[in-house]
Amino acid sequence: MANFLTRTRGRRHGGTRLHWTDWLSYAYLLAGLVVMFGPVLWLVMSSFKTESALSQFPPTFLPYSQKEVVVAGYDKPLPLFKAKDDQGQVRELAQVRRIGLVATMVDPAAPQTEIRVNINDRQPVNELKFASGNYTEIFGKFAFGTYLWNSVFITVVATVLTLLFNSMAAFALSKYQFTGQKTVFVLIIGTLMIPPTIILVPAFLVISELHLLNNLWGVILPAVATPTGVFLLRQYMLTIPDELLEAARMDNASEWRIYWKIILPLAAPAMAVLAIFSFMWRWNDFLWPLIVLSKSEHFTLQLALNAFQGELNTQWHYLLAMTVITLIPITIVFAFLQKYITTGIASAGVK
Amino acid sequence: MSVFTSLLGFFFNLFEPVFRLGQKLLGSSRIGWLFVGPNLLIISIFTFLPIVANLVYAFTGGVNLLPTQRPYAGLENFAILLECRDYTDLQSCRTDIFWRSIFNTVKFSLIQVALMLFFSLVTALVLNRKIIGRGFWRGVFFYPVLLSPVVVALIWKWLLQSQGVFNAGLVAMGAQPMDWLLDRHWAFFWVVVVSIWAHMGFYTLILLAGLQAIPKDVYEAAEMDAAKPFRVLYRITLPLLMPNLIVVLVLVMIRAVQSFDEVFVLTGGGPGSATTFIVQYIYQTGFAEQIHLYGLAAAASLILAVGLMALTLVQLRLSKAGEAGKVKK
Repeated sequence: MANFLTRTRGRRHGGTRLHWTDWLSYAYLLAGLVVMFGPVLWLVMSSFKTESALSQFPPTFLPYSQKEVVVAGYDKPLPLFKAKDDQGQVRELAQVRRIGLVATMVDPAAPQTEIRVNINDRQPVNELKFASGNYTEIFGKFAFGTYLWNSVFITVVATVLTLLFNSMAAFALSKYQFTGQKTVFVLIIGTLMIPPTIILVPAFLVISELHLLNNLWGVILPAVATPTGVFLLRQYMLTIPDELLEAARMDNASEWRIYWKIILPLAAPAMAVLAIFSFMWRWNDFLWPLIVLSKSEHFTLQLALNAFQGELNTQWHYLLAMTVITLIPITIVFAFLQKYITTGIASAGVK
Repeated sequence: MSVFTSLLGFFFNLFEPVFRLGQKLLGSSRIGWLFVGPNLLIISIFTFLPIVANLVYAFTGGVNLLPTQRPYAGLENFAILLECRDYTDLQSCRTDIFWRSIFNTVKFSLIQVALMLFFSLVTALVLNRKIIGRGFWRGVFFYPVLLSPVVVALIWKWLLQSQGVFNAGLVAMGAQPMDWLLDRHWAFFWVVVVSIWAHMGFYTLILLAGLQAIPKDVYEAAEMDAAKPFRVLYRITLPLLMPNLIVVLVLVMIRAVQSFDEVFVLTGGGPGSATTFIVQYIYQTGFAEQIHLYGLAAAASLILAVGLMALTLVQLRLSKAGEAGKVKK
């Protein structure tokens, strides 16, 4: 069995066994798995813990919470403990109240007789329970639905417009010869060199003069003309043969029709890559929305999380659930499109 | 789906008359302007115009946002930012927080560049080996790159909080729990760790692409000569990977200088100003403080822009040197 597991197809080192460097590589990868995925997994598991389970120290990986039982004669469910009674027998008892070091407990089977137990003689009975309450309650307690909607609206509209405007520009820059074309291309690509952080103040002025402060369009509009998008699509469109366009022009097709009936479908693979990137950029945006959107009813998920992490320090159970919901769409996109994302980045260096 | 496509078709058809008219008026050679127009308009309004306006802001004072309502201040903003009575003592500077943020940013960038290069290179080398499930492992290291900075910061804040898993580890080993983010040295340490955790996969990918572009026959020749693995690494892999390493070096540097979101959510720049970086200073001066000092923020942006420009020039120099080195080989 061990022989089978350590066999490789490699022709190196003459043998069929794993070389010590292979063992080292796999050890590194396993450590990487823990370091890279561990924190995310810890967050997800924690988000299913109840408030009281979250405050327990040391924390557990799985969401254990104390078992509760409904006892006749008491309105609320009572927490269950394993405790030693007066005779020194260990029994499962429900706690009624606790004063100082003494807890008053009852046997759920015989709730009439109260038993006094030293609190050091009892152990909580824990059970594995995924508390979905954290997730359902955030919709009622906060305007979480609004934040979610704002994020979705910005992401979807900005992505659609990015695809439209960037593909039109890329079409013009790859398939036409007009005066000033080179200048336009250099200008658009040149903005790659200008980090958005440097023009925060005047960009804020433009948005405020256009009366787009606290308006989702104030986040969307500046984002829809991305130089990376134009560059990516233009490089792809250059590979589409001009003869196709000539043939369409013979048939008296308008330039617009050529763009959307011929160029767009043929550029679909590049458009898909840009769509994925645009989705990630807009969903994860923080600094620009932070400046444009200051009223909480316009917050995106990212802004809401940031605002709450200050206020909700004591309410980690809600904050964790919100964080998990925020990372779900990206995770789904990644799970299905991993190959396209990584090859897109490796070939174009965009992020 | 067909409803969707026909709707899309209807929408696109609406533009047809506009472009037919444009074709008539402009002629078919200048029709390109109509296509590039929307993009150019948006870039002009939201990028080119602000670049010019930023220059104006940096030399004006007052608290009004409108450039026409702002008094000319000359070099006053730069003086406020940069003047110190004694340049060996940050306390004596007029805006010591600005100097501190620059100092922090430079320190952070240097440490981060070294560690990021090391870890992404090691990871890329491991991923480039013959391993089972390479796609999976690549995904593992890449996944955090996609997470938003806010989510990244919250994940780590949760791990590092006083009842978090790191403190549980400390207690299990018999040590005292720590307030990781309330100690200036630890806070800085964790900011570096978190940013490496979040971005390493991106640079690993660039290096991996470079490694896979190295022709196999070079290695076969080395095997013929029975070269030791480390010799192969130093004599073949690293020299041939140099252009990619330089790209990564510059990208890491430029990104590090602009760090903001993760750090801002994780530590808020604290404790004190231990993790306040330059972009956070700009954000706070212009937008978060009671009085919006737009002029000061714009001046600080200009200084940052000069720094980034210098880095870009270094990049051009380095990549030329790298290309030349590659040709020589």
